[in-house]
Amino acid sequence: MTADTPSPPPSDRQRTPFEKGLDRFFEGTTLTFALFILLLLIAIGLLILVDAWPAIKEFGLGFLWTSSWNPVAGRESYGVLPMVYGTLVSSAIALLIAVPLGLGTALFLSENFIPLKIRTVLVFMVELLAAIPSVVYGLWGIFVLIPALKWFLGLFGIPFTGPSMLAASLVLAIMILPIITAISRDSLAALPPELRQGSYGLGATRWGTIFRVLIPAAISGIVGGVMLALGRAMGETMAVTMLIGNSNTISLSLLAPSNTISSLLANQFAEAKGIQVAALMYAAFVLVILTLIVNILADWIVRKLQAKY
Amino acid sequence: MVDTMPKSGTMTDVVLRAKECDIYYGSYKAVRDVSIDIPRNKITAFIGPSGCGKSTVLRCFNRLNDLIESFSLKGKMTYHGQDLYAPDVDPVEVRRRIGMVFQKPNPFPKTIYDNIAYGPRISGYKGDMDELVETSLRRAVLWDEVKDKLQESGFSLSGGQQQRLCIARTIAVQPEVVLMDEPCAALDPISTLKVEELMKELVQNYTIIIVTHNMQQATRVADYTAFYNAQVTEEAGGKVGYLAEFDSTEKIFNDPEQESTRDYVTGRFG
Amino acid sequence: MTAHSEASAHSFDAKSLKANRSSSRNLFNIVMTGLAGLCILLALIPLVLVLFYVFANGFNRLDLDLFTQLPPPPGGTGGGIANAIGGTVIVVAISTIISVPIGVLCAIWLSEFGGDDTSIDEYVRFGVNILAGVPSIIAGVFIYGIMVRPGRPGYSALAGGVALAVLMLPTIIRTADEALKIVPQEIRWAALGVGASKYQTVLKVVLPAAIPAILTGVTLAIARAAGETAPLIFTALFSPFRFNGITQPIATLAVLVYNFATLPFKAQQELAWAASLILVLMVLLTSIIARFATRQKTY
Repeated sequence: MTADTPSPPPSDRQRTPFEKGLDRFFEGTTLTFALFILLLLIAIGLLILVDAWPAIKEFGLGFLWTSSWNPVAGRESYGVLPMVYGTLVSSAIALLIAVPLGLGTALFLSENFIPLKIRTVLVFMVELLAAIPSVVYGLWGIFVLIPALKWFLGLFGIPFTGPSMLAASLVLAIMILPIITAISRDSLAALPPELRQGSYGLGATRWGTIFRVLIPAAISGIVGGVMLALGRAMGETMAVTMLIGNSNTISLSLLAPSNTISSLLANQFAEAKGIQVAALMYAAFVLVILTLIVNILADWIVRKLQAKY
Repeated sequence: MVDTMPKSGTMTDVVLRAKECDIYYGSYKAVRDVSIDIPRNKITAFIGPSGCGKSTVLRCFNRLNDLIESFSLKGKMTYHGQDLYAPDVDPVEVRRRIGMVFQKPNPFPKTIYDNIAYGPRISGYKGDMDELVETSLRRAVLWDEVKDKLQESGFSLSGGQQQRLCIARTIAVQPEVVLMDEPCAALDPISTLKVEELMKELVQNYTIIIVTHNMQQATRVADYTAFYNAQVTEEAGGKVGYLAEFDSTEKIFNDPEQESTRDYVTGRFG
Repeated sequence: MTAHSEASAHSFDAKSLKANRSSSRNLFNIVMTGLAGLCILLALIPLVLVLFYVFANGFNRLDLDLFTQLPPPPGGTGGGIANAIGGTVIVVAISTIISVPIGVLCAIWLSEFGGDDTSIDEYVRFGVNILAGVPSIIAGVFIYGIMVRPGRPGYSALAGGVALAVLMLPTIIRTADEALKIVPQEIRWAALGVGASKYQTVLKVVLPAAIPAILTGVTLAIARAAGETAPLIFTALFSPFRFNGITQPIATLAVLVYNFATLPFKAQQELAWAASLILVLMVLLTSIIARFATRQKTY
């Protein structure tokens, strides 16, 4: 074999400035897109604030505790109190139902009550519960849940008109239950197995171990999950809009129609004009602030979890 | 082949007895034909190469293997003559009498005080909790180091202190037997020495079984030593553990009967 | 050798180990186990009921007309949802084209470069979490403000697609970030070790290894986005007609369900159930496929 001009080994080749530049360019590009996410968040907040500005100037903070919403020209008045009330109450009721059910489900799926294979199927089914579109829950609520509630309450002679706080809250509970279950189960599963063995080794029963060791050790994850679920419930729109009755009044009865901020937006944006758009933007801003507080709190609590293990 | 009791020395009462025990995980046989008597108020060491089933046998004594779904046991294990695996036996009761200390210190994410008080509380202890916590910590020779910070997290302690905390936590339930699964494996030499001294203290009131990889440790602390060995089987799955020899520690280390024991204690394999 | 006795009486009072089924401790355990079982039962009843009714009510309209015809006028019979099916495909395609490149590039920075500058890294991660928590309707409000409101271009398929993209972004970033993270560190070292530059390592070695997992995540995100309604009702709006360009309002399955559910006409309600069935089938299918796909791991 005769090699007249043997090609130099790869290691001889110098990287060109172009190649080095390409590396920088690549990192810079990806960083730009990462920063774009932050920009997007700021843009969402700013745009809504700017578009809401005419209404903020006009109604001030009184918007928050005024309880009439009247877009009819000439008699316009805008207050978001009934919707804030509806948002908070429907979310609270949903949590009240979903937290015990979700936590119970999470415990059942993280302990070895039943064989692993069946557990895997059940976990998958709970995940599916979260995947079903909101609007399908709304349709189901209108044609199945409300008639069922009407029949059930009728047994006790309680009149029930249909769309109401109760119907909306029940469907909300179904929708946030998988979030609570998934996050609680993850934080229980993340506990070191030594904790469980340690407790059993001292003669603790299964539920003694769960209540006194496992839940306290996983509590920040569980609470974080509940907070995320709360944020989701407050922002949930379609199923609630279809079931709550969209009545802009405060009623203490759970059987009466009510409204939430997101339902208000869903109902009125498509036909809004003039100051009504600004008022809706103001309401959207209130919703953003509410969910932001809840989500930041959730993020903070979940982060604290990682400190211990 | 192997006697259930140590060959030499004087035996007092038998606390735990295994008779012709086979241990399975699913269809895989992990340990075969173990028969052993554990004498009261003595330290018995389980030694042997990795995978010979010594920890497995240990965990059977307080039914901690119940937590593994595929586990099953053939043969008989008794505690003061009572069958530990009889269908009407409550494993929770078993574990209250037969406590366990693990390889890795595993304090609960609670305060030092609550770590100790945990066991007594769940078993419905009605007496003076402060006193019990203090006694347990004193017995574990940890009191002087933690008496000023009982309300701090158990995780604030060093590894050696954490392990002694776990021992204190175990003896606070006042079991009769303490099982120790390589309690010093994760500790430095000084902490190891402290735990060993502690074991010698405790043996006046407790029966102790310790699994150890460290042969010097066995000679330092144990009254009796059981040597487990592993045997390659023709079945798929590889090895099955068995009890090769059980005798006084002195005999095992100076004049064992089995060739394999001699090879192991002189460091020729394992 | 002296006597070995398996003594119990004279040495140690071995309290009975027998389980006491009626003790309060055991009762408590049985009751609690029962309650936890009841919880999962109650949690799954809605799933079974929703699936049952969607299949029962949607199945009899699952015919050829459904995929080829337009919805009938109010009071009419039969018809189909061809425009909504096509519309959903178009809107979701727009949102995928926008969100996947942005999301994957953002994830590449987070997993491959983010560690170098921890403070920006933390801000971006925090931002992704917050964006994931933004209510879906707010994404609609945001795009309405930019592209739709009086004085702007108005309702369009494009606006709907962009609104959905805002929602898909956090999901895609998270799944891509995780997919990149599980590519073993040794692979990166190996590539850098033979003299590859960073971008070559990432684009030619790390990213290809992560592609299957990223695709799974994108598929799930698409299935979710197709069912989203809130961001579309005042961006893409609705249209009773066939596709008419991406600058025009467009029908989608999700908005069709919302609009037709409350109409008093039987034909429309039937179409709403049929559209729901299609959405649910799509979610079911992608979830099952994703489940099997994640089982086969390259590494």
